Amino acid sequence: MAHAYTPGLRVTANTALRRTRRLPLKGEVLVAEGDHVRRDQVVARTDLPGDVVTLNIVNRLGISAEEIPRYMLKSEGDVVSVGEILAETRPLIKWFKTEIASEIDGTIESISSVTGQVMLRKPPAPVEVPAYIDGIVVEVIPEEGVIVENVGAFVQGIFGIGGERWGKLQMITDTPQQDVTPDILPADSEGKILVGGGRVSHAAVEAARDKGAVGIIAGGIADRDLRQLLGYDLGVAITGSEEIDLTVIVTEGFGDIAMARKTFNTLSACDGRDASLSGATQIRAGVLRPEIIIPSNEDATQVPDASHVGGMGEGDPLRVIRAPYFGRIGTVVELISELRQVESGATVRVLEVEFEDGERAIVPRANVELIEE
Amino acid sequence: MTESVPAATATETPDKIDVVIATDCGSTTTKAILIERKGDVYRQTFRGEAPTTVEAPFEDVTRGVLNAIQEVEELSGRRILDGERIITPAKGEEGVDVYISTSSAGGGLQMMVAGVVQSMTGESAQRCALGAGAIVMDVLASNDGRLPHQKIERIRQLRPDMVLLSGGTDGGTLSHVVELAEFISAADPRPRFGSGFQLPVIYAGNKDAAEKIEETLGEKTALTLTENLRPVLEQENLGPARHVIHDLFLEHVMAQAPGYRKLMGWTGAPILPTPAAVGQIMQTIARQRGINVLGVDIGGATTDVFSVFTVDGESVFNRTVSANLGMSYSISNVLSAAGLDDVMRWIPFELDEADLRDRIKNKMIRPTTIPQTLQELQIEHGVAREALRLAYVQHRQLAVGLKGVQAERTLSDVFDQTEAGASLIDMMALDLLVGSGGVLSHAPRRSQTAAMMVDAYQPEGITRLAVDSIFMMPHLGVLSTVNEKAATEVFERDCIVHLGTCVAPVNVGKREMKPNDVLATYEMTSGAFGSGVESGELRVSDLRLIPLAEGAEAKLSISPVRDVDVGGGAGQAYETTIHGGTVGVILDGRGRPLQMSPDPVTRVQQLEGWYQALQIYGEQA
Repeated sequence: MAHAYTPGLRVTANTALRRTRRLPLKGEVLVAEGDHVRRDQVVARTDLPGDVVTLNIVNRLGISAEEIPRYMLKSEGDVVSVGEILAETRPLIKWFKTEIASEIDGTIESISSVTGQVMLRKPPAPVEVPAYIDGIVVEVIPEEGVIVENVGAFVQGIFGIGGERWGKLQMITDTPQQDVTPDILPADSEGKILVGGGRVSHAAVEAARDKGAVGIIAGGIADRDLRQLLGYDLGVAITGSEEIDLTVIVTEGFGDIAMARKTFNTLSACDGRDASLSGATQIRAGVLRPEIIIPSNEDATQVPDASHVGGMGEGDPLRVIRAPYFGRIGTVVELISELRQVESGATVRVLEVEFEDGERAIVPRANVELIEE
Repeated sequence: MTESVPAATATETPDKIDVVIATDCGSTTTKAILIERKGDVYRQTFRGEAPTTVEAPFEDVTRGVLNAIQEVEELSGRRILDGERIITPAKGEEGVDVYISTSSAGGGLQMMVAGVVQSMTGESAQRCALGAGAIVMDVLASNDGRLPHQKIERIRQLRPDMVLLSGGTDGGTLSHVVELAEFISAADPRPRFGSGFQLPVIYAGNKDAAEKIEETLGEKTALTLTENLRPVLEQENLGPARHVIHDLFLEHVMAQAPGYRKLMGWTGAPILPTPAAVGQIMQTIARQRGINVLGVDIGGATTDVFSVFTVDGESVFNRTVSANLGMSYSISNVLSAAGLDDVMRWIPFELDEADLRDRIKNKMIRPTTIPQTLQELQIEHGVAREALRLAYVQHRQLAVGLKGVQAERTLSDVFDQTEAGASLIDMMALDLLVGSGGVLSHAPRRSQTAAMMVDAYQPEGITRLAVDSIFMMPHLGVLSTVNEKAATEVFERDCIVHLGTCVAPVNVGKREMKPNDVLATYEMTSGAFGSGVESGELRVSDLRLIPLAEGAEAKLSISPVRDVDVGGGAGQAYETTIHGGTVGVILDGRGRPLQMSPDPVTRVQQLEGWYQALQIYGEQA
């Protein structure tokens, strides 16, 4: 049977999962190999250097830069607090004295006799990394972080916004086609991850946020709604750090589009279970897709890791990801070996697909993706 | 001010070069080409490609290089590899004389630059880094309007591969440039790769401040001092700092990337950042032919523009990179930067705004898809015109004369409106426009490529058009540092596909011309024409295509009307030899800038007329 490599999004009911939890700078790891960790448990911690505040002492004292050592009351490395005098003039008449006080609590980083600038550094800011998923620590990366492992359901989305969150998964539509609108949101959405089928509107996201939901998952979203949600037009798909109160993930793309049945069924089977999700998307070399993880807490050694990269073969399920069949789900009928000219005039590698309604079409191989286990 | 890169240092370049294997390690694909001497000339004979293997699970760039070379071996029948060793020198059907490579894997060379005055040393530092093939993440300047703590925060956030610090003419300001160094020191920035290493910083500012800079940054960073890139206001001296950038690129950035240390041991010339190599071949071609060249490489994420123009007898090279203008990863940003109306104006059918926006976002999140329908293709070509245009606007803004210069003006200069800081890009003086990158190189028809380039750049007068068919310019750029003859011969014969020549008279006067007014009368004589002569009148709004095959030439005599210039001056008759190509000669009477109807229905008709004239989408445009 002919094969072709076309990466797809993974949707699987049970797989071994590992997540590396790493600090941005070296620090302290708080757990040990073999420890069971909860998703909200801090596994590593460090201090980021504090912000720097500059004071141009010479301008404020009306002196030249070379004279600065004579007027400073503090030295490099000294700890200072708000209001503490750092430098002062010593005029004959005290009434004319000028004093420069520290505006922050911190330390003196540098005193420059070239620029007349004094730099103060604020105290370090702590950074903590949570486990993100429930699981077992299988490896400690000294001073940097840990690798947490578990098994469970795993669904990759195509695009998301918002960072890592967790909560109970709740299905809110009966079919993969039904859109997510404000009127179908459950009254008790507090702390929940809501899952719908079709397109999610801006109004529905706003309403879910008002009700305290932590995440919302749907098939598609219109670009117009995304712009309203973010307040700007997203130019490049690098997301995850948006300051919004809930994470939004779409599994299929932009526009009016139903969730793939397999994705919908996989999530439905997890209704009511604890899940972790991340909207972080990065579509560059080293692709990062948004994800939903529902740990089952089984023994990881019993479940094979399905993260292999396979080829596409006849009979495999796929989705078409470009017009004119955008969003349609089908199976590979034939991987046609010779190049074919398509309507645009380009001569490309193609395959024949049979859609769920029995219709068949020729589609460029670049325009389909596998629905991967 | 033409720059040259240092000669080969990695291993000795052989005296006799008959066979060359060259690779370009891109972010996603590593492309290998084989160049062989056939009789008296060098030709590119075979090519192969393989996925780049910088990232997990391989984390060794040489895997992708070996795979790409293996494909060349299979296609050519020449044995090049002995296990993981490249066989040198060539003997009969085995081995190569030299292996060379470029690289843009891992996001290319990312730099932050700093200068005292934004429009003076800041801009010079920017030009210096861009010309060395870097992506400039930010330009820090004493007068950039940001508060000190904002500058420090920004430096810390960015994590560049290296920093170029300049500022002050020699003997000029001391405190401002030292202040910038203090900000860098306070930020204590870490390099992108190799957490245990110090960030490379190049100081190319006021030489009198060098000692203070060393005191401030010497311990915290890997500091290199070099010549001031703006020793006096009237002069830019970018060469020494660019060479230091290339050296540090190899020593620090490349050496940290997975597998590069091994790769560097294989090459017969220093590995160049891909854009630096493209700049190198552009300069070589411009110098050898004595022409002005404008080149563009439009990729998925970024668009690079290169220009080599002769100004006051001196060849000036400039490069810019528009980091967020591209056809896949950044396609949505093109829409947001150009605005909806400017993209919609190129689309020859009615399209709902929301539909267009969703389609573009879907391309952004699935960047490897291709247009299956004609309408999808036309949308992509519309977006491409805007990406090319915006990148060109950015290039014009940076490719300028030095600012802050008190020019000596003579009486004749009073009538000449040139001023300090004016763009060096003169479209009327442009001889060759070269396009490359997927949307231009792989368009189903070459006429589509020519139309996109003409619409986006709007060349004036007589301009030759060409496209780099398989993106071979990076390889040839490095090759030109080893063997210039081989590089230019392959460039001419195998790298570029000549599309033809655009002839565009421009109304340079104040007189308004109406549609159908005669712009110029022309006569082209060539044996390639059935009748031997093609002649006629070119009128306002006309767009005409006259087939003239690749390799064919025609003698053009053109007489523009008063106020209209076609290269010889307003109203002056002009004679020249023009060259054919896969498209032919485009006679463009649409004027500059192009005027498009604000009414959507009339605009669609206008586009249909243009697209039909150039036969770009078949008979039914």
